[in-house]
Amino acid sequence: MHEWALAEGIVSTALKEAERGKFTEVTRINVKIGELQQIDGDLFVSLLKEILQVEDPKLKRAEVVFENQEAILKCRVCGHEWLFSESKKGLSDEDAELIHFVPEIAHVYIRCPACKSPDFEVTKGRGVWLESIEGE
Amino acid sequence: MDPRLTIIERRLKDIKRIIAVSGGKGGVGKSLTASVMALIFSRLGYKTGLLDLDFGGPSIHTVLGLKGALPREEKGIIPPDAHGIKFMSIIHYAGDNPSPIRGIDISNAMIELLAITRWGRLDFLIIDMPPGIGDSTLDVIRLLKRAEFLIITTESRVTLDVVNKLLNLLKELKAPIIGVIENMKLTRSSFLSKEIGALDVPFLGEIDFDSGLEDAIGNVDHILGSYSKDPIC
Ligand SMILES: Nc1ncnc2c1ncn2[C@@H]1O[C@H](COP(=O)(O)OP(=O)(O)OP(=O)(O)O)[C@@H](O)[C@H]1O
Ligand SMILES: [Mg+2]
Ligand SMILES: [Zn+2]
Repeated sequence: MHEWALAEGIVSTALKEAERGKFTEVTRINVKIGELQQIDGDLFVSLLKEILQVEDPKLKRAEVVFENQEAILKCRVCGHEWLFSESKKGLSDEDAELIHFVPEIAHVYIRCPACKSPDFEVTKGRGVWLESIEGE
Repeated sequence: MDPRLTIIERRLKDIKRIIAVSGGKGGVGKSLTASVMALIFSRLGYKTGLLDLDFGGPSIHTVLGLKGALPREEKGIIPPDAHGIKFMSIIHYAGDNPSPIRGIDISNAMIELLAITRWGRLDFLIIDMPPGIGDSTLDVIRLLKRAEFLIITTESRVTLDVVNKLLNLLKELKAPIIGVIENMKLTRSSFLSKEIGALDVPFLGEIDFDSGLEDAIGNVDHILGSYSKDPIC
């Protein structure tokens, strides 16, 4: 379960944000999950809740809300834009899992559908992101 | 907010020293030196990690003759053991395929590896840097503030010119510099040691050009046999 490492990152960043904003209690943590990293939202939230219980009292009661973000790829060579979900259909489970560990590995296994170039940008939806925290 | 940046420090907190083997120029022996250092430290009983940050041309696995060692998943990624060294590389994910990544993607891949890899307690983490003063050098300076730079060069003035620029950059950014090693020495000239001395950077020693080294690539006992004749070890 390597997602745990990223969940720890969310929690430590939320804590840092809470300290910066001088919050005494965090009520809500808003997370975005980029599709390219292929992380299951419900699973990720349950890991986050587990970590929130032990990290800092300020965070204990925080509600976690996640939003999935579609991954969009854009070719640097021909300008073509496409969805990761289209490319994913052509990937084996093994290759998709490698992208799950390190999303940049997409450049190893995915090509631009228009010109076959590996030189593309991930313009949206790369991975997990702490959108904001709420509290008082 | 990028959740990975705040966790990197925690991932590295049980590592005593981080050494980035760098050199500006390509092909001067950075990967060879990084591998040999890691092997020697590990055989001396130090807990050692080795991180190949040369995503474009990863070489450590070839030097050490590794095949098929894979990381484990456990609240992150546990690097596989390679001859007693904890070894992390893009090849665990890209295999033998090229990884055509650049710019922000290089940064992102490096940040991802640093955020998810659980090295545990280490005496040394050795980092094999790619050639050039680019994304990876700037990211190591930015994200691994404790990293100490070990610079490899050859005696060519062409290499020295680039090394000079790298040293100036490291000094300007206040990155710790361990010193400079002259590799693949073919002459008895002391030109380089004098030049480096004049820059106020420690000159650590010389490694002769070893014509038998190529035959030892991929076999760690042969590599160590080959290197142990050198005073630097
Ligand atoms: N002292 C030496 N004697 C003989 N050959 C050497 C010596 N040091 C390194 N080499 C050889 O030189 C070549 C380049 O070495 P290496 O790959 O370590 O360089 P590098 O600086 O990491 O290159 P790159 O910039 O491409 O990453 C290799 O074939 C290596 O075996
Ligand atoms: Mg190299
Ligand atoms: Zn294209």
